[in-house]
Amino acid sequence: MTDYKISAKGVQVYYGDNHAIKDVDVQIEDKTVTAFIGPSGCGKSTFLRTLNRMNDTIDICRVEGDIRIDGEDIYDPAVDPVQLRAKVGMVFQKPNPFPKSIYDNVAYGPKIHGLARNKSDLDEIVEKSLRKAALWNEAKDRLDAPGTGLSGGQQQRLCIARAIATAPEVLLMDEPCSALDPIATAQVEELIDELRQSYSVVIVTHSMQQAARVSQKTAFFHLGNLVEYGETDKIFTNPEDPRTESYISGRIG
Amino acid sequence: MLPLSVPFIATAVLSVLGYVVARKRALSVAGGDIRTLTSLPHQHGLNTALSTLLPPLAVMMVWAIGARIAARSDVALVPENPTMVYIILIGLAVTGFVLSLLRISTSFRARTASEGWIMGLLIFASTIAVLTTVGIVLSMVSETLNFFGQYDFRDFFFSTTWSPNFRGDSDLGIIPLIWGTLYISFIALVFAVPVGLFAAVYLSEYAGPRLRSVAKPLIEILAGIPTIVYGLFALVTVGPLLRDYFAEPMGLGQSASSVMTAGLVMGIMLIPFVSSLSDDIINAVPQAMRDGSLGLGATKSETIRKVVVPAALPGIVGAVLLAASRAIGETMIVVLGAGAAARLSLNPFEAMTTVTVKIVSQLTGDTDFGSPETLVAFALGLTLFVITLGLNVMALFIVRRYREQYE
Ligand SMILES: Nc1ncnc2c1ncn2[C@@H]1O[C@H](COP(=O)(O)OP(=O)(O)OP(=O)(O)O)[C@@H](O)[C@H]1O
Ligand SMILES: [Mg+2]
Repeated sequence: MTDYKISAKGVQVYYGDNHAIKDVDVQIEDKTVTAFIGPSGCGKSTFLRTLNRMNDTIDICRVEGDIRIDGEDIYDPAVDPVQLRAKVGMVFQKPNPFPKSIYDNVAYGPKIHGLARNKSDLDEIVEKSLRKAALWNEAKDRLDAPGTGLSGGQQQRLCIARAIATAPEVLLMDEPCSALDPIATAQVEELIDELRQSYSVVIVTHSMQQAARVSQKTAFFHLGNLVEYGETDKIFTNPEDPRTESYISGRIG
Repeated sequence: MLPLSVPFIATAVLSVLGYVVARKRALSVAGGDIRTLTSLPHQHGLNTALSTLLPPLAVMMVWAIGARIAARSDVALVPENPTMVYIILIGLAVTGFVLSLLRISTSFRARTASEGWIMGLLIFASTIAVLTTVGIVLSMVSETLNFFGQYDFRDFFFSTTWSPNFRGDSDLGIIPLIWGTLYISFIALVFAVPVGLFAAVYLSEYAGPRLRSVAKPLIEILAGIPTIVYGLFALVTVGPLLRDYFAEPMGLGQSASSVMTAGLVMGIMLIPFVSSLSDDIINAVPQAMRDGSLGLGATKSETIRKVVVPAALPGIVGAVLLAASRAIGETMIVVLGAGAAARLSLNPFEAMTTVTVKIVSQLTGDTDFGSPETLVAFALGLTLFVITLGLNVMALFIVRRYREQYE
């Protein structure tokens, strides 16, 4: 039980009357990359957001079921969602840098959580995070320039840097590469592989190749149901469910 | 002044007629099959109507303005003879009417031509808007120059006493009035900005949709109250209250009319102004910004302080500057709340007055528009205009910069 980083049981999510996630059970391991795949609108982002309670910010959204991280029920009233989100970082589907400088974007989390003792500590965190997110070379000479002035792909890498600067234990990434060129994508994939050494990473992707390349476990969602979950190799070579098979081979989607 | 209503009505009638005739003609040219026309019949109609109407209209406007200027400067800028003007105007209308009718054919692009006329109409309308503003300023400027011909501008701008005397020999220093204006506005803003801003943050970030749908209109009702009612409130409630509980116990004066009274009540008047503008601006900050911050483990108030408000700041500053220019232009609350005595003092519980109040008092009663005591109102008005214009330009500039933020 406790060797799973995240364990979800009987999760239901409703947006008003819309039943977006139907009875999902999933166990996510530590130090693994788990990929969520599935056609658009099947609830991948919704499920991802339940894992750090970002759905709390949507008025009409209701979550039921049991989700535990390190054995602790994250929907327990005693749990502080703010602390939870510091531990479970998130990169959103659309890049959303703050209208601040590149430096301040990355330094935001560390400042809020007091992760740096002094300015040089902070500088170091910022540099390390930007390097990891493969943005350092482009950004090092313009750290004071606004983050919103970067290109879409650079903004997304800035958001990745911002998320890892807070040193989360779990990183949720919602299509982090959808705005990136192949080179930056390769760099981010490399980063994900590196993060796996110490974190648990959950990534939503529309690219089968990417899921196959970076993940060890894959979950296939369809119309709010978790259809199949297992070893990535197995899902891609020998899926059990006919729906998975047809999605992977490009027949539904 | 010659009545322009005759040519105006004639042109309008001809223009309507033009629409009908041109439509008919277009249809008959097409032989009943409108598919052979490059432009539809009603577009031909519109083209003729506008070509008939607009040129005489533009000439009428130029002529009217010219006549005003000529009346003042004795220069004959326009023909004296009204019949001649009539002939020119009607001639223009008829020319437009006939020419556009002659042009109707299956290949004539009335669509594009009428677009051109419509643009002309829009330009005409905006010219009127701009010209009226220019006209207001020019009339103020000429009266002000008139005033400075009779009264030294150094005394006006730098003298610290205001004591008009209708038998002549007045002291007309603007400084006490500007001081009163700025002091009262300052108190109003100190009160209205934090309250309005916090109310906006509460309503847009914390309140549920149901509370918001009740509270927002309620706050906006405050904005609909006529300022004279606020003035009465200042006179009968706030003034005596402040005098009895603050000014007298602290030994700061016995006056119910005071800078503080007017400032507080004006602040109340400005709250809905600041809060509804800020609310709109805060709501315009994309939800993704908040999600980004919350997703990093920031609390709600950290998110508001460090992301939402900074992102909305230029807009909020714009709102505050707009509020400031309203405060500066306010008159009624000051008359009833702060009195009409021009005074240069730091004590907020003393009666003072503002530029706007003095403009009113210099122009009411038996006035002779030649004396500096009356003309000073125009100099005061122009000064005020320049100050509020400066604030508004600044506000617009800042608000515009804000709009480009999330491109
Ligand atoms: N904020 C919201 N309010 C109401 N309904 C929502 C909201 N967000 C998502 N939904 C609904 O929930 C369902 C799942 O949406 P979700 O965003 O999770 O899909 P997704 O799998 O991430 O799709 P994509 O691949 O296009 O990102 C959809 O039917 C969507 O309409
Ligand atoms: Mg999604």
